[in-house]
Amino acid sequence: METERFSWPRPFRPRIPGSGGYRSNRLLRRNAVWARLGALLERTPWGYRLFTATERVTKEQLFGCRMCGQCALPTTGYTCPMTCPKELRNGPCGGVSPTGMCEVHPSLRCVWVQAYERAEANGHTGDLDLLHHPADHREWGRSAWVNHWQGHETPPADPGPLLHRQLGVTPR
Amino acid sequence: MSGGLRAALAAGRFALTAELGPPRGADTEDFLHRARLLSGWVDAVNITDNQGARVRMSSLGGAVIAGRAGLSPVMQLTCRDRNRMALQSDLLAAGALGVPQVLLLTGDHPRFGDHPESRPVFDVDAVQAIGIARAMRDDGVLLSGEPLSANPGWLIGAVENPFAPPAGFRARRLAKKVAAGAEFVQTQYVFDVEPLRRWMAELVDLGVPPRCAVLPGVGPIRSLRMLEFLRTGVPGISVPPAVEKRLRGVLPGRVAEEGIRLCVETLQQLPDIPGVSGAHVMAFGFERGVPEILDRAGLGPVPCEPDRPVVVSGR
Repeated sequence: METERFSWPRPFRPRIPGSGGYRSNRLLRRNAVWARLGALLERTPWGYRLFTATERVTKEQLFGCRMCGQCALPTTGYTCPMTCPKELRNGPCGGVSPTGMCEVHPSLRCVWVQAYERAEANGHTGDLDLLHHPADHREWGRSAWVNHWQGHETPPADPGPLLHRQLGVTPR
Repeated sequence: MSGGLRAALAAGRFALTAELGPPRGADTEDFLHRARLLSGWVDAVNITDNQGARVRMSSLGGAVIAGRAGLSPVMQLTCRDRNRMALQSDLLAAGALGVPQVLLLTGDHPRFGDHPESRPVFDVDAVQAIGIARAMRDDGVLLSGEPLSANPGWLIGAVENPFAPPAGFRARRLAKKVAAGAEFVQTQYVFDVEPLRRWMAELVDLGVPPRCAVLPGVGPIRSLRMLEFLRTGVPGISVPPAVEKRLRGVLPGRVAEEGIRLCVETLQQLPDIPGVSGAHVMAFGFERGVPEILDRAGLGPVPCEPDRPVVVSGR
């Protein structure tokens, strides 16, 4: 079936290698300077619009960003999970084809298959174990960078070792 | 009435589950007939939620009807058709109506179904949905943090496809679901036990069993048409070449029997795999064959247990 015509999100193939993403992360990580800039931008609507437009163009070109406003890129091998047609933020669905193709767009590679490869290539597979909270859909179109600097995001939780929870049942 | 999955797992029995699709209609006759075929042979029956993105009676309705018929329903809930609010209200209804097991999954995309033009929801993913359910039951709170007047008491289930890419992440994806709160998991069809063994070894390494009961999915391929459908029409299923060769190698009239034999052989190998707690039989539209398959595999029927109501703790 031809899926190109439809507007479901399409798995995007990032235009830069994961290593480039991890380098940019060192530059953009929250610090006092960025926090000040974020606060200033939030006070000046035109500044915020200009800044957000720049962010949009950059991330759209590099990662197919859809501006969900709560960037998962640093934890997913710099592969945008919101370009998954199901917008899955915790890992792939069960419908990935044996060749690693998307269930909805059979001609495109699953973003999570790409995320796994890119995270692995950069020694970041542990990031994929993080538990992402449900997305805040009020943030669409907002600047994820400002949200990060201003602390407007819920960082994913580390599940830690699995053996911390005692269940009421004991399987064989 | 079986005591459901909780009783089977607590007793350390090899747990058996099957699948039952609710009707595409407001009647229950055929549904109850298919339910009765499974009665006594399995510990619990999965009531699917608009399976294959095709509209049917809701899984909540199906679960209540199946429960009245004496089965222990596993109410499936997908993230495809409901946002976080609807998900939580359905979970509360399941708790109040005494549904003993719920199972949360992402769900097929509407693209494959009878309403491809509908709006896919996918507000939360399966891992998040499981976490929401666990918080409701164990902490008595909604995702919003608001307290519940009474906690639901169901067991929480998940699904996993052990054989889909990325191969290195499948065991850990299930581990994430277990960390979020899953207590049992049923897998996509298993036709080849070797890759399942490898996957199970990974799970044991991660400490998934004994936290979470693993029930590999099996099912008979009863015709070459069904083989073709599984290969091309169902996302995420891979039929190994050896299985295909075996099914194509018999006379056309013998395919159904060969498919059942394959399924029985797979079932017989499951109890010996470390970490496997049971099996999930998916014989869609062939419920009448489930007792025969289980019987030939030397499993079932399940012992009858007094029906224990789900305890709801007041707050």
